[in-house]
Amino acid sequence: MLEVKDLRVSVEDKEILKGLNLTINPGEVHAIMGPNGAGKSTLSAVIAGRDGYEVTGGSITFEGEDVLDMEIEDRARAGLLLGFQYPVEIPGVKNVYLLKAALNAKREHLGLPEIEAPEFMKLVREKLQFMKMDSSFLHRSVNEGFSGGEKKRNEILQMLILEPKLALLDEIDSGLDIDALKVVSEGVNSLRDAGRSIVMVTHYQRLLDYIVPDHIHVLSDGKIIKSGDKSLALELEKRGYDWVIEEAAQ
Amino acid sequence: MSLAEFTDQWLSAVTPQISEGPGWLTDLRQGAVEQFAVLGLPHARLENWKYTDVKALAKRNFSLPGTANASADVESLVNKSSLGLDAIRLVFVDGVFSESASTLGDLPAGVQVLPLAKNANAAKPVLGQVAAANFSGFTALNLAGWQDGVLIDLAANAVLEQPVYLQFVATEQENPVLVQPRILIKAGTHAQATIVEHYAGVEEAANLTNVVTEVDLADGANITHYKLQQESAKQYHIASMHIQQKRDSRFTSHNVCLGGKLARQDIQVELSGEGAEVNLNGLYLGNGRQHLDNHTLVNHNAPHTNSNEDYKGILNDRSRGVFNGRAVVHKDAQKIEAHQSNANLLLSDKAEIDTKPELEIYADDVKCSHGSTTGQLDENALFALRSRGLGEEMARGLLTLAFANEVIDRIEIPAVHDRLEDAVAGRLPEKFNLKGLV
Ligand SMILES: Nc1ncnc2c1ncn2[C@@H]1O[C@H](COP(=O)(O)OP(=O)(O)OP(=O)(O)O)[C@@H](O)[C@H]1O
Ligand SMILES: [Mg+2]
Repeated sequence: MLEVKDLRVSVEDKEILKGLNLTINPGEVHAIMGPNGAGKSTLSAVIAGRDGYEVTGGSITFEGEDVLDMEIEDRARAGLLLGFQYPVEIPGVKNVYLLKAALNAKREHLGLPEIEAPEFMKLVREKLQFMKMDSSFLHRSVNEGFSGGEKKRNEILQMLILEPKLALLDEIDSGLDIDALKVVSEGVNSLRDAGRSIVMVTHYQRLLDYIVPDHIHVLSDGKIIKSGDKSLALELEKRGYDWVIEEAAQ
Repeated sequence: MSLAEFTDQWLSAVTPQISEGPGWLTDLRQGAVEQFAVLGLPHARLENWKYTDVKALAKRNFSLPGTANASADVESLVNKSSLGLDAIRLVFVDGVFSESASTLGDLPAGVQVLPLAKNANAAKPVLGQVAAANFSGFTALNLAGWQDGVLIDLAANAVLEQPVYLQFVATEQENPVLVQPRILIKAGTHAQATIVEHYAGVEEAANLTNVVTEVDLADGANITHYKLQQESAKQYHIASMHIQQKRDSRFTSHNVCLGGKLARQDIQVELSGEGAEVNLNGLYLGNGRQHLDNHTLVNHNAPHTNSNEDYKGILNDRSRGVFNGRAVVHKDAQKIEAHQSNANLLLSDKAEIDTKPELEIYADDVKCSHGSTTGQLDENALFALRSRGLGEEMARGLLTLAFANEVIDRIEIPAVHDRLEDAVAGRLPEKFNLKGLV
């Protein structure tokens, strides 16, 4: 589904990703872990198309299409959605406008008509309830004045409504108390499906207790230096990253 | 050709009005005629009129409106352009009060809402007390020749729960007309009211509205004023509003300027008692070749007075905006807070803004801020919206609407808020594709 090959990315002439390889197949759940500053958010940002990153080598394909050649919105419409590590506050844009516009953009891409208002509201209410958010969130500005946990729940709410083929969740667990972590995890788990892939960036094993991944990767200094199954996370939690980095250096 | 050449023509246009009404009024009008003869229409050499040229307007021959047009067409126009709020409603068609379209209802004790033409004598203690006839040529012209309007008189402690909705409707006339309303608001000690001045009409209307509003707030009075200008793109709209504030009074103005070929709004506030506070909230949105000018002046005449001003402008096509916000802190007026900001979005290369926030401070214990920006949309927010699949234009459209909403969201009457948000969304460029979304 997603194929990242020998990806090299620089920010302001500093190389951040240094030949990164990653393959995600349909239905798989992957976790990417790694020290601060390793390049995890850079990878998500480049996949989503954020400005300011220079791709100096390699490729990213999504369902066979060259992602780097696509407009930001076309990536989303094709089913590639990024959940932000730091969700952006957008004063003056109501959550409900964003949800409706985003859903209709996707439907248009699929050749479907705009969703009818009652159907839309029913869908939104159902997903809000699932995320334990009350409907006042719809009429508040996107993320403005939301607590850290509310912002993350709002990211998952968008995922539940937009049903991406591949959800890329950057530190969706940071800043969550245990109850919010459960809600967010249930949201993500409800997305699990044979046709849908999920990539989570995280620092904590805790998240992986709730959302059990098929594969775990260690990203360090711009490269994936080790991959394994879920037991790798436990080992990392116990022993830290140094041994993996040393092992990779040999 | 100078503007002075047109002075006589303008005076003869208002002459029939001068002898209307009681003797004291004729005297007052006569005095204003003399002032207009000296001032004429404002010319571009005046600092306050530097960016707004009224020559094209001056050359036009406007005639006086006749009696209120009461045809079925007008009735449906009045209903169509109504904001539809639950209010004490006074309708004026081309400046003439329409009794049949208005609903005065039962007013609480101590409140008077009087159409002015029929009740001129009631206005005697109020008329011209706050607005100086020589504020500009247009102010003098209005005093000389106002045709109708309203007096809203609130006795001490009177609280008007329902807003007063003043609906001005412009129709198409064979000869464009000069519409001169006068609005007088007098709030006694601790009185409270909300007043909505709304200007709209048919697309072909090409008249001149020249309105003067006077607001007198006694100690502790609290007035919220909405000015919603949605006239046609052929109308000329000149307005000045003058506010006198006593101790602990509060005046809040929401001034939304969407219409007019040329629109000029002046707001002058005198904070003359300790604890007086004024909030000036404004939005202008220009399309085509619209010229929209807002000039505000706040005089801090007393200590412990506060002013907050936030004006935002969106200018598209070849439209031009002018903003001049002046706050003056007079000597001995200590412990003042005066904040002012003006932000603009230019949606096209050919759109223009001339903005000038001015602070003049003659006291030393003051807290002031002012600034103006002409900016771009937030790139992070644009990315966040596009990353959810919204097209770039729609993302820009939503952020532009959000910019306007910072002003609109302060509007506390839901019906007015929603109508305006729709109106603004509807006036933003088609390519933003906001229809059906908002
Ligand atoms: N816009 C930028 N300008 C300059 N440097 C940047 C920029 N974005 C990222 N970097 C640098 O790139 C490196 C990788 O950053 P990135 O955010 O991808 O790390 P990360 O693995 O997500 O870290 P964390 O676990 O702390 O979130 C860091 O050294 C960071 O300072
Ligand atoms: Mg990161």
